[in-house]
This record gives sequence, C-alpha cells and structure tokens, in this order.
Amino acid sequence: MEFLLEPLEYEFFRHGLLAALMVGSLCGLIGMFVVLRGMSYVGHGLSHAAFGGAVVGFMLNLDFYSSAGAMGLLAAILINRITKNGEIKLDAAIGVVTTAMFALGVAIISQVRTFNQNFEAALFGNILGITNEDLLIIGLVTACAIVSILLLYRPLLFSTFDNEAARIFGIRTEMVQFTFSFLLTLSIIASMNVVGVTMIAATLITPALTARTMTDSFGRMLIYSFIIGAVTGVGGMYLSYVFNAASGATIVLFGAILFCLSVLIKRCRTLLGNQAARPHRQDLR
Amino acid sequence: MSTPAISSLEFQAHSAVSLNEVTAGYGHHIVFSDLSLDIDGGKFVGIVGPTGCGKTTLLRTILGTQPVLAGKVFLNGQAVDAIPAGTIGYVPQLETVDWNFPVTVEEVIMMGFYTNKRIWPWPNKKERALVRELANRLGIYPCLHKHISNTSGGQRQRAFLARALVNNPALLVLDEPTSGVDIKTQHEVLHLLNDINSQGITVLLTTHDLNTVASHLPWIICFNNGVVAQGHPHDIFTPDILKKTYGGDIAIVRHEDHLLIANSTPLIPRRKTRDKFFS
Repeated sequence: MEFLLEPLEYEFFRHGLLAALMVGSLCGLIGMFVVLRGMSYVGHGLSHAAFGGAVVGFMLNLDFYSSAGAMGLLAAILINRITKNGEIKLDAAIGVVTTAMFALGVAIISQVRTFNQNFEAALFGNILGITNEDLLIIGLVTACAIVSILLLYRPLLFSTFDNEAARIFGIRTEMVQFTFSFLLTLSIIASMNVVGVTMIAATLITPALTARTMTDSFGRMLIYSFIIGAVTGVGGMYLSYVFNAASGATIVLFGAILFCLSVLIKRCRTLLGNQAARPHRQDLR
Repeated sequence: MSTPAISSLEFQAHSAVSLNEVTAGYGHHIVFSDLSLDIDGGKFVGIVGPTGCGKTTLLRTILGTQPVLAGKVFLNGQAVDAIPAGTIGYVPQLETVDWNFPVTVEEVIMMGFYTNKRIWPWPNKKERALVRELANRLGIYPCLHKHISNTSGGQRQRAFLARALVNNPALLVLDEPTSGVDIKTQHEVLHLLNDINSQGITVLLTTHDLNTVASHLPWIICFNNGVVAQGHPHDIFTPDILKKTYGGDIAIVRHEDHLLIANSTPLIPRRKTRDKFFS
C-alpha cells in the first residue's frame, strides 16, 4: 500500500497521474473507433500535423492548443478533400499532408533558434511537467469525448460496421465521420504533451486491441477499452516512478505488455478449449 | 415490428421504384444511360445479369448511394433522398461484411433501430422484445449472443434480414442474397423472402443464380447496362434473351413447370461407357 501512496506525496506525480488516467481512458475510448474504422494511420498522421501547428503557433505568438488544433483540423479537411473522388488512397494522402506539416514545424525550429519553448515535450511527452491548465483542457476533452460517444454510439457503431448500409438506413454518415474526426483531433492535441507525438498512435491503438482479445461484443469491447486505457495510464505512471524511466514511454510499454498478456491468455484459452472439445481415445474405441 | 415510415400498402398504390431516364456511372465511365424502369409496389423482383453489367450500380442508384449523372429516381413517388429513414430495408452481400468486427448477432439486428431518434446507446425494453420476436420468427434466437462469424451462412443471412426488417420497411433490397450459401440455404432464404413479400413488402434482389430465381421468383429483370427484358421467368428465360443478356449460348431445359438453365457447350465430354454397354 505504501508503494502506491508514497509517490502521491509529490504534486508533480499527482498531476501526472491524473493526466495519465484521463488521457489513457480518452485514448481507450476514441482508439476503439480508430482501430475499427481503420484509422490508425490517421491518428499517427494527425499528431504529426498538430506538432507542425504548435510550432507555427508559437512563432506567431498563438496559443499552443489552438494552433495545434487548427493545423490538425486543416490536415483532416485536406485529407478528406484529396481522397474524396477515390483516385488517391487515404494512407497516401495522410503521408503527404501530415508529413509536410510536421516538416514545416521541424524546418521552423531549425531556422528560428531563439525558441525557449521545449518542443521535446510535444515530441516525446512530458507528463511530469503538466500544468493546471493542461489538466483542465485534458479533463474538458475527456468529458466532451465521453458525452459525444454516448450520444453518437448508435450511428457510430452502425457506420463503423457498414458505412454504406448505415447511409441506406438513413444515418447521416458524413456528419458522423466529421464529428469523429473532430473528436480524434481534440483527443490527439490533449494527449500530445502527455505521451508525445511519436507515441500517441500506440496509446490510441493498444487498449482497443487488448480489449478485442477479451470479447466479441462491441458494447463490451468499448467499456473494456476505456478501462484498459485508464489502467495503462495509471500503471505506466507508477512503473515510470519505480524504474525512474520516461513516463510517456513507460505508459506505451506497459500497454504493449498488457496486449501481449491478453494475446497469450487468449491462445491458452483456445488451446484448452480445443483440448476439452477433442474426444478421448477411449471414446473413439 | 415497429411502425413503418411508409406503409407497404401505400407503396403498393404507386410504383415502388421508378427510374426516369437515369444515367449513372463513375467519373467518365458510364454504366447505363437513359434508363427508365418501373417496379410496381408489392412485387418480388430479381435482377439478373453477367458480372460487371451494372446490377450493383443499379441497386445503389435505387438506394440513393450512387449519385446519378442525369435523370430522376423516385421511391413511391418521392425523390430517393427525401424518403423517411427506415423506408428501405437493405441486406448487403455477405462477402462484403467484415466478419472480424466485434459484433454479436443481437447487436447486428439492433442496428436496424439506429435510425430512430433515441440517443441513449443501450436498447429499451420495446427494442429488445422486437429483436427477440424477429429472431424467433427467423429461427436465429439461439444464436443471438454469438459472434457474427460463429454462425452458419443461413443464420448470417437471416441476421441481416432481421436487421432490415426491424423498421417494417416498404421496400426490401438484397444484394446477391444467394451467393456464398449452399443450395438448401438458398431455397430457405428465397422461401423466407416470399413469405415477407406476401405481407405486402416489395422485395428486390440481384443474383447470379438463374436456376434458383427461375424456380422461386415471379418477376425477373434481365440487365446488361440496361434492361434487356423483364417478365415471368417462363416468358423471358429464352435462349435469345439470355444470349442478349450474357453474350453466350445458354441452353434451357423445360419440364412441366420447371426450368433448367444450362451451359450448352459443356467442358466435360459426355461419358460413352453407358452407350457402349447398351449398344
């Protein structure tokens, strides 16, 4: 018990823990749809575009979150436009648009060397430097995502499973897609300072994949993914304290370990199930 | 079943589907042009034709998911994009379904309700009761909690059929319901569709299987980038019309009320043994 309570004496750890808990559950919730809608690479790309936006915003004396959000949204709209007629595939469009925006950020950093802002935090995450303002924004985005997913659950599930059928049944699939892209962009920007641009994709995807190995039901998978995301965030934070390792990286590694364990358990259960179903020799005689 | 958006009786009073000089295609590729077609309400209609003849494009045009390049599409006299949600029930081709998607049979059927205004994710008592009733009627009640991939071809087809029926649609559209399932299931599905049609619901399907539709459907449209012929299978399944539709010789064997459509140039030569034995 002392092991759990001791780090809580430090304010930076309490802030970090709360941020990791919220970002973990947020990514678990949004990541479920990211995985099932085949948007893993979109999440990865948007985080890079948002980084470019943050750098441009800093140069123009704009707020970090607003500029990152604006660039993320611009990237989402551009990708949507480019891929609309089907001539250019989604992954190719993401590769061009988001990498160009990321490159713009890197180019500006290399040119303007007077920056005092530490962009390393945005690249690799700095969970221990989380401010009250960061906590407020992460909290607002998490609450907004939970409410939106609750309200959009039905059209989101249907359009994720079969977009064309959902459209035929009368669901406004384009509105659903736009709202989800907006939520994804918000989630990525809110998570950027916690886990970093380079590791957001893993934070989004891993809880959903772990949850998938545990159930065949969509509703249950969503709840599991949310809980696994939260557990990954909190567990990763404690492990980073114990091993004195970078918190963002530890959260991602802990998530990967949980995924491996869930795959292993599923394999064992399948093997045991097959053995139980196999008839004994004496039964065959 | 829930209250229909447009009653099937209302649908029967008008042309259920009406295409008025419609041209459809993808970019510069025109699939069919100036197509006019009327399907009466309450009919059970099959669209047949070779691969790539535009069957799916025609279906998507009727369903409103394929933008038309020219002309108008009406469902029950209303423009296709103006009809209320739930008017059309749709069953996709089983081959296009992602079987690894984490959904149970119950969740698939429940999706049919997702067009209503209820905002809470969890189903209410009425929805649950309707799903159970439909599942019971279609014989899939025991597999309601199974993952969709852990069911047979027939059960999968029935699950999607149940989803299409929850809103009590006026028009039921099925894309290749007989493909990917065995002969017994094909017959079961078509008999089930016939029962549904007898309740006044217009049923429209596409298929490759001429023999199955010849023995089950009362009205066939032969399609090849346009309507080649339409009518009762006994009237339109002639070597001439099938040649125009498929571009090859197709032999037809008639025996009493039965039609058998066969390839007239078999690849495997006739066995001579029996002839030799008797000669």
